Amino acid sequence: MFLTDADLQSIWLTARLAGITTLILFVVGTPVAWWLARTRSPWKGPIGAVVALPLVLPPSVLGFYLLLAMGPNGPVGQMTQALGLGTLPFTFWGLVVASVFYSFPFMVQPLQNAFEAIGERPLEVAATLRASPLDAFFSVALPLAKPGFVTAGILTFAHTVGEFGVVLMIGGNIPGVTRVASVQIYDHVEALEYMDAHRLAGVMLVFSFLVLLALYAWRPNGRK
Amino acid sequence: MNLRQFLARSLVVFTMLGAGTAQAEKVTIAAAADLKFAMDEIVAHFREENPRDEIEVIYGSSGKFHTQIQQGAPYDLYFSADIGFAQELVKAGHAASPVIPYAVGRIVLWSPSMDASKMTLESLADPKIARIAIANPKHAPYGKRAEEALRATRLWDKVERKLVYGENIAHTAQFVQTGNAQVGIIALSLALNPALADKGGYWLIPDNLHEPLEQGFIITKRAAGNATAKRFADYMNRKAARATMTRYGFVLPGESTGR
Repeated sequence: MFLTDADLQSIWLTARLAGITTLILFVVGTPVAWWLARTRSPWKGPIGAVVALPLVLPPSVLGFYLLLAMGPNGPVGQMTQALGLGTLPFTFWGLVVASVFYSFPFMVQPLQNAFEAIGERPLEVAATLRASPLDAFFSVALPLAKPGFVTAGILTFAHTVGEFGVVLMIGGNIPGVTRVASVQIYDHVEALEYMDAHRLAGVMLVFSFLVLLALYAWRPNGRK
Repeated sequence: MNLRQFLARSLVVFTMLGAGTAQAEKVTIAAAADLKFAMDEIVAHFREENPRDEIEVIYGSSGKFHTQIQQGAPYDLYFSADIGFAQELVKAGHAASPVIPYAVGRIVLWSPSMDASKMTLESLADPKIARIAIANPKHAPYGKRAEEALRATRLWDKVERKLVYGENIAHTAQFVQTGNAQVGIIALSLALNPALADKGGYWLIPDNLHEPLEQGFIITKRAAGNATAKRFADYMNRKAARATMTRYGFVLPGESTGR
């Protein structure tokens, strides 16, 4: 067998984490991107900056805040405990929450660019044809922004796959729950199992290359 | 200034910088995370006695430092929580000294929210305890000993699904300190430091439940002629340094384990 069961488990877990994170961010990120693309509010700058923060912040800052906030004495932890959900660190859903923050700009920014590129005109035309704003969004804006959605989806998925520092800080390295591929590779290296590290690292390298290749292959066709 | 002049001047500046550092004989120590508080104190005392020596300590997992030194990391002294890592480096020709044993570590149950001094390992099976932090047994020496103790008491199968794994022993303590795990198996040396000792309590895990945590250090090959590194290595065997180590719960070479 090329990869061990533990390696396969970590890859499957990583794919599930990245997939769920991407789906959630499609739902959460789209309205934010739409608002940022069309608003003239003075809040556009500050909100845009907050959205972009994870691009700049070290993962250790995000991991540190999340560990304290989601812990039993933190505000989020108090809330999840009151709801009978327990605390989020060391759980799969804790990683999902962390990844949603971590990958937020990778969803919002490509979508925002795509929405801005549409401009006012197609929506005004839709309005004169008596489309409601919601209808115009779904039948005009969404199809026109499709390349943006593909880019945003691929980037979000890939960026979540590449997550390491945050997972290490709040994951607790539990097999099948929080031990994603990047952490598994780290463990192999720490345990001096270089051959195992090589195999999994090679898989990640090929995967990442293919994702980016797909992204660049898509782009020229998507943008006219 | 043309390019040639610029390069010539840069070369002069770099040469001077290089000469400067060589004179000061700066020393970088890579130390296992369990030494965090004890080593900070020892280095502070050493600096008082040797104000001209520059010493920097980096704490982390012994396994990681082991890998990094093999790849030429700029560490002059390597304090490993597992003497085996240090021995491997000597065998592979990365050391300028034999392995010098400096301590035997102990593991404890520790909790900031419960009085762990009234607990035993059996308490970990209690359903009220949802998360137990240990260091990763795959590569962290303290994690290996924690696993051995849990297996020796036949608790491993009962508690395995509650375990969360820290990257090194300090990371493990941090999982417990933040309350994300209620209990942890950590180094006695960390449980005895003031920041952790004033909360909860600890229970010393009998050392007949696990292999000894023999720890050793080496002077690395790059520090072969480094007088400061040699001075610090000698200092570890002096009375003041030994007293600090004892205060942090380490059993010193040549002393009984008090079993």
